[in-house]
Amino acid sequence: MRAIIRITLKNGVLDPQGKAIESALGQLGFSGVEEARQGKLIELKVAETDPVKAEAEIAQMCEKLLANTVIENYTIELLDT
Amino acid sequence: MTATVIVFPGSNCDRDVAVCLEAALGKSPIMAWHGDQQLPKSDAIILPGGFSYGDYLRGGSIAAQSPIMREVVAAAHKGTPVLGICNGFQILTECGLLPGVLMRNSGLKFICRDVALTVGNTQTPFMHGYTRDQKITMPIAHNEGNYFASEDTLNELSDNDRIVLSYDGESPNGASRNIAGIRNEAGNVVGMMPHPERLAEAALGGEDGRAIFDGLATFLAQ
Repeated sequence: MRAIIRITLKNGVLDPQGKAIESALGQLGFSGVEEARQGKLIELKVAETDPVKAEAEIAQMCEKLLANTVIENYTIELLDT
Repeated sequence: MTATVIVFPGSNCDRDVAVCLEAALGKSPIMAWHGDQQLPKSDAIILPGGFSYGDYLRGGSIAAQSPIMREVVAAAHKGTPVLGICNGFQILTECGLLPGVLMRNSGLKFICRDVALTVGNTQTPFMHGYTRDQKITMPIAHNEGNYFASEDTLNELSDNDRIVLSYDGESPNGASRNIAGIRNEAGNVVGMMPHPERLAEAALGGEDGRAIFDGLATFLAQ
């Protein structure tokens, strides 16, 4: 199965890249953007077919490597395809 | 007395550090490759600056998981002096030997210039050649030097006197509490964003960084 991992900065953590995106969108005339936050999306294809086991293993991957939990949150979405 | 410099793919200050260590210790350090399973026996370990693994994912995050780092963490827990400079500091936070994280500079620009620093705690094998509140200059050269940690962690660092270097004036990179370098609780592990090896002899324009390496030599000779 495939897994989509979304890694985002925690609330309150300054995101200078998001600020730069926000400002660039404003310069392009998109005046309605109130805030931009940038994160990462990681797609994995895993051999495990049991969704509970797969999610538990991917959570470990996030804790050990994919996310830095001092500043980042992560969510895991499993897809059957 | 022997020091080991860990070389990762993308390290680029390893040879500069080796020159400084050789001048201070009187012999060349061991250069250990990141993929080695065994850490050579030595008295101190330096993680040099650079862009290990191209800074993929987060600065230092992949290097922190490399085979030799398991051995470095074990050696650090046994009391071996470990210094991480710049990318080495990032690796030390990513492998859990030091708290917090080095985030993207608040101004979004790579900064490469000399900065004015104030020495804090000197009770480490690397800092005891300085005196507290001493004003020194060292170059910084980084894109991710913006030290961030939870308020609790920052208080713990301040209350337990674990900040070894602070930026004077406004922090160049947005670092919390102007932190440029910290130590672990035991004092044997130190991480810093400034590059002492780049200002360690008169020919380079200054010698303020030299006391790090001379201090290590004095410490190891005791």
